[in-house]
Amino acid sequence: MSLTLEQVHRVAHLARIEISDGEAQSTLGQLNEIFSLIEEMQAVDTQGVEPMAHAQDVAQRLRADRVTESGQSAQRNAFQEVAPETEAGLYLVPKVIE
Amino acid sequence: MITDSLQALSRALATKEISSVELTRQYLDRIARHNPQLNAFISVDEATSLAQAGAADERLAKGEGGPLTGIPIAHKDIFCAQGWLTTCASKMLSNFVSPYDAAVIARFKAAGAVLLGKTNMDEFAMGSSNETSFYGAVKNPWDATRVPGGSSGGSAAAVAAGLAAAATGTDTGGSIRQPAALCNLTGMKPTYGVVSRYGMIAFASSLDQAGPLAHSAADCALLLNTMAGFDERDSTSVERPREDYGRELAAAAGSRPLAGLKIGLPAEFFDDGCSPEVMHLVEGAIAEYRQLGAETVAVSLPSMQLSVAAYYVIAPAEASSNLARFDGVRYGYRAPEYQDLNEMYSKSRAQGFGAEVKRRILIGTYVLSHGYYDAYYLQAQRIRRLIAKDFAKAFQQCDVILGPTSPSTAFKLGEKAADPVQMYLSDIYTIAVNLAGLPALSIPCGFAGGLPAGLQLIGDYFTESRLLNVAHRYQQVSDWHLQQPTGFA
Repeated sequence: MSLTLEQVHRVAHLARIEISDGEAQSTLGQLNEIFSLIEEMQAVDTQGVEPMAHAQDVAQRLRADRVTESGQSAQRNAFQEVAPETEAGLYLVPKVIE
Repeated sequence: MITDSLQALSRALATKEISSVELTRQYLDRIARHNPQLNAFISVDEATSLAQAGAADERLAKGEGGPLTGIPIAHKDIFCAQGWLTTCASKMLSNFVSPYDAAVIARFKAAGAVLLGKTNMDEFAMGSSNETSFYGAVKNPWDATRVPGGSSGGSAAAVAAGLAAAATGTDTGGSIRQPAALCNLTGMKPTYGVVSRYGMIAFASSLDQAGPLAHSAADCALLLNTMAGFDERDSTSVERPREDYGRELAAAAGSRPLAGLKIGLPAEFFDDGCSPEVMHLVEGAIAEYRQLGAETVAVSLPSMQLSVAAYYVIAPAEASSNLARFDGVRYGYRAPEYQDLNEMYSKSRAQGFGAEVKRRILIGTYVLSHGYYDAYYLQAQRIRRLIAKDFAKAFQQCDVILGPTSPSTAFKLGEKAADPVQMYLSDIYTIAVNLAGLPALSIPCGFAGGLPAGLQLIGDYFTESRLLNVAHRYQQVSDWHLQQPTGFA
């Protein structure tokens, strides 16, 4: 299997990574080499094998639905201090609705 | 003092032979002297480290110290530490001062250890050579023209050169064990779920696990005692009773301390994929283990050869999802110019991520995209099951599995940087362990051409204590792990 330039552009768009034509071209070659390694998997008959998503076959723990953190507003301030742009406790992004 | 074991340092601190402030000062001076050459640290904050050392000294004076109180430890820059720049070696987080502590950092703090600095690594832990760091490559203290391994290469180089008493790392596909092997250290990846991932920047969540890098198995046991433990903030943290990982090391032993131990030698680890020099050293270690009373048995891990292929589907898939959080909104890098929201995302991510990280995000996005999920992601998960079953079967025949950690000693800087596939294949012996979620460690087993080689020991789930003991018994009769690189006096 081999990827096309168009597919590289599409995947980069899905991943929200801007990519120039030149970058897409060189990425294409590298991805195709990596996929030729990955393709080794296709030769294996895995019919009836249960997919393994995780190292431990355990169920997610449940917890009571209540607030466990304290000092929320101080925490919010501390966490928003590292944001590129905030105002009145909100994160600012470019306008999405006119 | 710099080369002493953690136990010896702990004794010296307890008996006031040296204070934590003096010890921390010594390491900070060594960092100032040698780090410009090695590039092992991203952040050092002398005032903060010395303040922690002062607090440790007060604690020791009151007789309230534990085994790690006052000991300076370096942390991989993947662990969030409150008030410290926490970059994951990426431009994306080059301005991120963490507002909170990772569980691992908090546990070392509670133990009274001194945070000596944050170490360099491959960007977002994606790499096997430390060359993908936004902050530049780390040099191997054994030969500055060579890589220290990765992704925990800064931690390994720091400990090997005596710039830290010990360090933490993370291991998603070999990122603790391979740098330990290439820098002559003992490094352990515990069973998945033993150490909390809270505050540890995620790469591939079903594989990531934190662990210690130090000179000896005894040191690693002390470190793991502090690192391990249930944490409800990590949904995959395992609830188990506390244990002393060093308990078997203390037991008295005769001349055959490993009598009755069965060591499995998988055919797949002893093929021609490994360099003859490394293989020769591994075989020397096997002979030593027989002297110690262990018995060797042939085992097979037939699906292991597919581990690299399955890993490069699963790890990038999880990474593409985990790294979606870096969008220039809540933290990290935001592009200076953009027209709209989508452009803000795509420019911030294009400028903030390095080439290898982008490559893996693209692979992950592709294998999870419509029409390809079954052929890649599900198939990789099925192969993951086959690999785990191979190990389960092997552990019916043996107690631990032994083989090389890395197929070669440290390679040259730049040698594999332009060839991702060659780089990926250098983790052939370590990746299967992460897919299965097993514990494993690497210990020094000799030198080839002046460069250290590592021996890998893999155990069944939750057998860290036995693994550390098997490593410790070898280190009682060998002195490879005590060898130091020259030029760092």
